[in-house]
Formats: sequence, C-alpha cells, structure tokens
Amino acid sequence: MTQATAIDVTGLTKSFGGRTVVDDVALRVAEGEIAGFLGPNGSGKTTCIRMICGLLTPDAGSGSVLGLDVRRQQRAIRRQVGYMTQKFSFYEDLSIEENLAFVAGLYGLPRQAVRDTLEDLGLTSRKTQLAGSLSGGWKQRLALAACIMHQPRLLLLDEPTAGVDPKARRQFWDEIHARALGGMTVLVSTHYMDEAERCHRINYIAYGRLVVSGTVAEVIAGARLVTLGVQSPRPGELAERLRRAPGVEQVEPFGTALHVTGTDRDRLMAALAAEGVAGRPVETSLEDVFIRLMEQSQDNMR
Amino acid sequence: MSFSPTRLRALLRKEFIQMRRDRVTFAMMLGVPIMQLLLFGYAINSDPRDMPTALVAPVQDRFGRSFAAALENSGYYRITHPLATADQAERLMTRGEVAFVVTVPADFGRRMERGDRPQILVEADGSDPSATSGAVAALSGIAESAFRRDLPAGSARTAPEIVAHRRYNPEAVTQYNIVPGLLGVILQMTMVMMTAMALTREIERGTMENLLAMPATPAEIMIGKITPFLTVGAVQVLVILGAAWAIFDVPFAGSLGLLLAGVMVFVLALVLLGYLISTAARTQMQAMQIAIFIFLPSVLLSGFMFPFRGMPGWAQALGEVLPVTHLLRLVRGIMLKGAGWADVAPQFAALATMVAVLGTLALLRFRRTLD
Ligand SMILES: Nc1ncnc2c1ncn2[C@@H]1O[C@H](COP(=O)(O)OP(=O)(O)O)[C@@H](O)[C@H]1O
Ligand SMILES: [Mg+2]
Repeated sequence: MTQATAIDVTGLTKSFGGRTVVDDVALRVAEGEIAGFLGPNGSGKTTCIRMICGLLTPDAGSGSVLGLDVRRQQRAIRRQVGYMTQKFSFYEDLSIEENLAFVAGLYGLPRQAVRDTLEDLGLTSRKTQLAGSLSGGWKQRLALAACIMHQPRLLLLDEPTAGVDPKARRQFWDEIHARALGGMTVLVSTHYMDEAERCHRINYIAYGRLVVSGTVAEVIAGARLVTLGVQSPRPGELAERLRRAPGVEQVEPFGTALHVTGTDRDRLMAALAAEGVAGRPVETSLEDVFIRLMEQSQDNMR
Repeated sequence: MSFSPTRLRALLRKEFIQMRRDRVTFAMMLGVPIMQLLLFGYAINSDPRDMPTALVAPVQDRFGRSFAAALENSGYYRITHPLATADQAERLMTRGEVAFVVTVPADFGRRMERGDRPQILVEADGSDPSATSGAVAALSGIAESAFRRDLPAGSARTAPEIVAHRRYNPEAVTQYNIVPGLLGVILQMTMVMMTAMALTREIERGTMENLLAMPATPAEIMIGKITPFLTVGAVQVLVILGAAWAIFDVPFAGSLGLLLAGVMVFVLALVLLGYLISTAARTQMQAMQIAIFIFLPSVLLSGFMFPFRGMPGWAQALGEVLPVTHLLRLVRGIMLKGAGWADVAPQFAALATMVAVLGTLALLRFRRTLD
C-alpha cells in the first residue's frame, strides 16, 4: 500500500500586482509527516500556505489537500485544517478562554473541548488573562491550542516559533511530534536550522520557486558541497583572506575553528595550502547548504 | 455550508464582549447622541431675540413710531436701521445685515385715522426659518398692543393688517421638525461609522485571516457583526426619543409602536450600509471617509437641512435613495401629524427595500479569501 498524501499540489502559482511571488511550486507531504518549509523572507512561504488552506486562490496549479480539490473545495479543506498564522491573529481584547470558546463555537465543539484544551496545553491558570497581555511564548501556545482544538488532520504552521525562547520552542516541538505520532500531518515554515532538522522532510523555496525537497540528509548530499575544518590561531584574518580565495564559497567561524565550504575538494585544498593551513573533512551543515541554495537562486534570477 | 445557530452564537458572544471591552467606543456611542441632541437641539431650537430690523417708514408719524416701539418691546426685534429706504432695506436683507424689513406705507397714518384697515408689511429672512419663526408668530400680538390706544374699546375699527412675508423660504420649517430630524441624522452618523469599522478592524488587527480560515459563513459573520450595533441603535433611539419628549416637548401625535418599528428598520438599513462599507474599505481610515462621504448628502439632501420639495429634481432623486429621507418623513408623519400605518407604508416599503438591497450587496461583496 502506498502512503497516502495529505498535500499533493503541482504548478501552484500566484502573483500580486503583476509580480509572481509563487511560481510553479509542487509540494507533496505524506500523511503523518512533519514537513519543513524553508526559504528566505519574502520567498513565498506564507503565500503557499494560504493557497493550500484556501485563503488565497491560486492563479494556476491544481492538486489535492486531504483528498479535496485545492481550487474547488476550499471550504471543506478549511474545516479539516488547522492554520496558525505567522502574525498572532487571535483577539487581543478577549481572554484565552474566550478566544478558545469562540473557536470551539465556530467548529461546533462542546464546551468540554475548551476545558480539555486549556488543560492539555497548561493554559488553565491563565485562562482569564487577555490575549493582548500575553508574552510571545504564551501567545504562541494559545494560537497552537486554538488551531488544534478541532483535531484537524492537517496542521499548517507559519513560522510558529519566531520570537519564542528556546525552552518554549522545545516544548512546542515536542507537542508537534506527539501530534504527528497521533497521525496529524504538519507543514511548518521556519528559519531555524535546528527546527528544520526536526522535520521528516524539508522543502526549500527561494524567489517563489521550490528549489529542493527531501530529508535533511538527502538535501545535504544533493548539494554536493565539501566542507573542511581549519584550526587557526587568528581565525578572523584567515577568514578574510579565504573568502577572497578561488574555490571557496563560504567561510564560517566555528568557535576557534573555521568551516570552509566549496564545491570542488581539490580547489578548496589548494586554497588552504596557499594560506599554509591544512583542513580536515567535516560534515556540511544544513545552513551552509541553504546559503549556497540562496546564492544560486539569486544568480538564476539575474 | 448551511447556517448554524451554534456558530452564530459564538460570533455574537465574541462581538458583544469586544464591544463591552472597547470602553471609548461604547461611551461614544451612547454619549455622542445625547451631547449632539442637546447641542443641536438647543442651538437650532433657541428662539433668538433682538434681531436686526430695518424700518422703512417714509412718513414719520405717531403710528409708525408706536409700531416700532412695540416691535422692540416684544424683544424679538431691534430696529438697527430706522430710516431706511426700500432700496436700502432690500440690500440690507440680501447681505444678511437685517433679518427683518418692516415697511409702513406713506398713507398708513391717514388711513388709520380714516378708520380703514391699512397694511404693514413685515418681511422675514426665511433662509434661517427657525431663527425668525418665533418673531413672525409674535407679530399679531405686537400689532394689537401697538395700536390699542388708537382703537378705543368697543370701536368698530380693527387693528391694521400685518402682512408677514417670508423671503427665500416660503415653506417654513418649524422647531418641532428639528428634533425628529436630529434622530435620523445622529443615528446616521453613529451607526454607519461604527459599523463601517466592523470588518476593517479585523483586517487591520490581522484577525481577519484567522476568522476566514475558520468555518463561519458570510451571513453568520454579517449577523454577528451587525447585531451588537442594532442593540446600541435601539438604546440610542430610546434615549433620543426620551429627550425629545422630556426636554424639547416634541409632541407624540401618533403610535409609539409604529414609530419604534419604523426607526428600527431604518437602523437596520444603516448598520447594513455601514457593513457594506466595511466590506469595501481596506482600512478604518477609508471606511471613515466613505461614511462621511455618505453622511453629508444625508444631512443636506434628505429634507433635514432644506425643505425637500424646494430642492431641484436631481437633488430630490438623490435624496430618495437615502435612508434618512424616508425616516424623516416617517418620523415627522407619525410624531407630529399622527400618521397611521397606511400613511407611512411607503416609507416602510422604501426602508425595507434598502435593507434587502444593502444586505444582499454586503453578502455578495464579502471576500471569503485574502485575494
Ligand atoms: N496580499 C499581498 N499583496 C501583495 N504582495 C504580497 C501579498 N502577500 C505577499 N506579498 C508579497 O509576496 C512575497 C512573498 O511573501 P510571503 O509569502 O509572505 O513570503 P514569506 O512568507 O516566505 O516571507 C513578498 O514579496 C510579499 O511582499
Ligand atoms: Mg511568511
């Protein structure tokens, strides 16, 4: 039996005022999968997510979300999807409980659902606090609580952890993984590399185009980058010089060491030799790959 | 997706909580109408005194003098130009320097002594009818007292005839017209403006995206949004009518139930108009501008400011599509003239049509996506 797909769209395109911000994007997310959605600011992640949950009508493209037609069954899709917007979009002049009660009412859930959700997410003690007076982490909890209360089959999270402290982020991800184990499919956009690494698969989008998809290992391997670690007593000056050397794509300080990345091992070695230092092979990081991808798509745009 | 009472209840609860928490708006919605009613009610209702008057009396005799004295004694008139010629008086009136021109004909004294019934012409500047109506109404009393000495008791001679002539505005608008009119204008302002913010506020606060992502139908959202304003409108209506009755002594000739029913249909049309604006506007600022843009003709072309039948045809046509126009007819009819259901049915029909059209337009215009 082939694994069912929660999201299967192709050719997704959207332009605003003549500017194409999402261009021919194809996205497949298997059921129960946590899919990461990465890309620089303005690359079209939010626009894609909005098209998937029926808040924007694609200019072109087709496909299905939870087996429903993405263009024609937008309303049915919305009922089964939980969407957490990038910007906090609950009512700041309502308390946590009132916000949840509102959402519960719209989905036709019993009052008990609100109490359970408050309990599940540890919000009971703060339920009468106005949402507007909550800190970022608590707002995020409320938003998550509100969009999973109706047990959606697909969760769309748009930069859910921006501006949230590490502990709250960890808790958040534990929650997401627990839900995924329960069968929920998750598509989550993020800028954090550690979060990308927590995803089963990642999709990288730049300038509205999907550049690469796959597991983290696949994406790193596919970039065909070579990274060498270099120890140096004066890493700062060495980095300056290496950045200008031929065959060197990126130089990242790593404590007292430098990680030097390029596409060609021999040229990279030669560049290091010219500086009189030796490098030893290290793993290429996802970040190095993304920076490389970003620069490449920039070149393609020109 | 069909209509769901559960969803509507959730929407209503949310809207009422938000309205209650928004203290400033809430206070404005109830405070503003009272303030405006008092302000305009008194400003327009006040019975101005000592109004500048030109006296045109070619022959200075005791009859002319005693009439002039009686005018001044009444308190309404102050003779600022006692020796005006007819031409001068005409110019003074045009320039608005006098509100009245009193003309005592040259043969007035002679005819009085002969026992004729001569005429005195009082021309009033009708462009501000409420300002002059009190003074005009006092004229016969003034004439009575001016010539009492000249008319011995039991004499067959009667007081001279005072011909009052309103210039510029023959259809006098009385003070009683003003307060019912204010009801319409105040509601128009507060209801439309407040409701016009309904959706734009959600858009500006970023909550619209979430609202649209959840399963509420456009009709449910619309009813959820307008119902709290309808409630506020009902309270405003009671406050204004109460004040009209208690402070301004406006008579209630007709049925109160009929009046309230008519006014509530009007308020429904207003909140739908406001809601329609909010489906079209992108920001609260835009919504406000559109509301003001509609407010001005509602004051100027509805018959509130100028007599409706005195306006040119195109202005009347415009006025006919304004809810206030029909409300004014309905309220003046019921309150002042004691009109019954049959008399005001056309107004009910017009307002109900507007409700249907505005509601349909608002539902059609509602954007279900963020496109
Ligand atoms: N409603 C809109 N109208 C016009 N331009 C938009 C709109 N929404 C997004 N954009 C533009 O589309 C591009 C992609 O935006 P977005 O999807 O938010 O990117 P991301 O979420 O990856 O940061 C940006 O340049 C943004 O300015
Ligand atoms: Mg975004």
